[in-house]
Amino acid sequence: MAEMRVTPHEILLPVRQRFIVFTLAAALLANLMPWPGVALAVKPDFVALLVLYWCIEQPRRIGFVVAWLLGMFMDVADGALFGQHALSYSILAYAGIVLHRRVLGFTGTAQVTHVVLLLLMNDLIVLAIRAAAGADFPGFQYFIGSFVAGALWLPMGRLLKLPQRPRLDPDHI
Amino acid sequence: MEHQPPPFFKTGPTPLARLLIFSALSVAFLVADARFNYLVTLRQAAAVIVYPFQRIATAPASIARRMGDFFVTHSSLREENARLTRDSFSNEARLQQLEALRAENAQLRALLEARAQIGIELVTAEVLYAARDPFTRKVVVDRGSQHDVRPGQAVVDDRGVVGQVTRVYPWLAEVTLITDKGQFVPVQNLRNGLRAVLSGTGNDGALDLRFIPLNADFQNGDQLVTSGIDGIYPPGLPVARVTQVERNADQIFARITCAPLSGVASHAHVLIVSANSAMPPRPADQQEPARPRKARKR
Repeated sequence: MAEMRVTPHEILLPVRQRFIVFTLAAALLANLMPWPGVALAVKPDFVALLVLYWCIEQPRRIGFVVAWLLGMFMDVADGALFGQHALSYSILAYAGIVLHRRVLGFTGTAQVTHVVLLLLMNDLIVLAIRAAAGADFPGFQYFIGSFVAGALWLPMGRLLKLPQRPRLDPDHI
Repeated sequence: MEHQPPPFFKTGPTPLARLLIFSALSVAFLVADARFNYLVTLRQAAAVIVYPFQRIATAPASIARRMGDFFVTHSSLREENARLTRDSFSNEARLQQLEALRAENAQLRALLEARAQIGIELVTAEVLYAARDPFTRKVVVDRGSQHDVRPGQAVVDDRGVVGQVTRVYPWLAEVTLITDKGQFVPVQNLRNGLRAVLSGTGNDGALDLRFIPLNADFQNGDQLVTSGIDGIYPPGLPVARVTQVERNADQIFARITCAPLSGVASHAHVLIVSANSAMPPRPADQQEPARPRKARKR
């Protein structure tokens, strides 16, 4: 990169804790919804996506405990091995917290690339655990969800920042 | 982040330390769950916490289904009613026959002093969702230990065996489908009574008959029913139909592929069947006819 692009950081209001909890609960619900055949195959892991988002945006507000507990809940709901999502979400949270300055330093496609790679790492961890427990490779469609999540990243970021935008007072022009 | 103290005041353990703690905890849980099957109570507790989420998440779909039921047209209702009446008639006729046969069977069994066949109990359940885990084939149904569902019970739909209850929570149960890799169903060929073990392959719509000698009499279109010798699946439930038989002389066993009869991937309601009997003594009187035939063939 010849010229260093400095991203214009907006000045936003602080996030409410309630809002973070609400979005994470919504992600859990979205994951538990009964998705029909094809949608289930391309559906991103919303909980992983939201955990990564908040770890990158607010690394001080949300961390390992939340990621780990959400992983536990996902394991119970899926009837999967107890701890596989807990482990992968913990590592995802770590990656998000450690890399948050770097990821936020990029915009657009470069940021999405980082996110997709992190989510693919999350998939690979789950895959490795299941392979160790004796499962077969479920085919490459297993990774589609992470790319879909990457496509959702920018619109989602814009949406989740809406409550943080300072509201202009109409009486005070 | 903007309104919080800078990192040099209080940060707690470093992210790496936290990662190590939580990873170690997860790995300990993984090993305890996969190797030793501990943590059953912990899983139950977590399941109770997740339960409301599961119900809320599946509510829109079931409400939509009920709305769909409400807005049926008059003509389609009439049509369905006519069809059901017709079906009911033919079923009545078959039922009468069945009653006669059952009486005859009971009489014959009494004559032979064989154990009476024990009736089966049914629990209707609604499929809430298919598990999101791409490595297994499981569905979650809305009946659990509070409704007397126990692990090991067979699950059927109107056409055949769907799977088996593998894990029970207070209000939910996990059903492993017969297509799951590592799910086995002891079956019997309806045509000639040959017994075999049917195993899932991990993809919907294909099942494998394992360890069948090359010369065993299996043909395309043979119907397989549960043999009941395992004491878990009640005998006589339809399971699958043979779709492909491959006999390669350089292999020890024939490759026999079957298709499940039940709509394994597409059902809203299922029946949980329990054959509550002390099964062990039964194989003695069932195995008699099959064994000599097999021996003679070899």
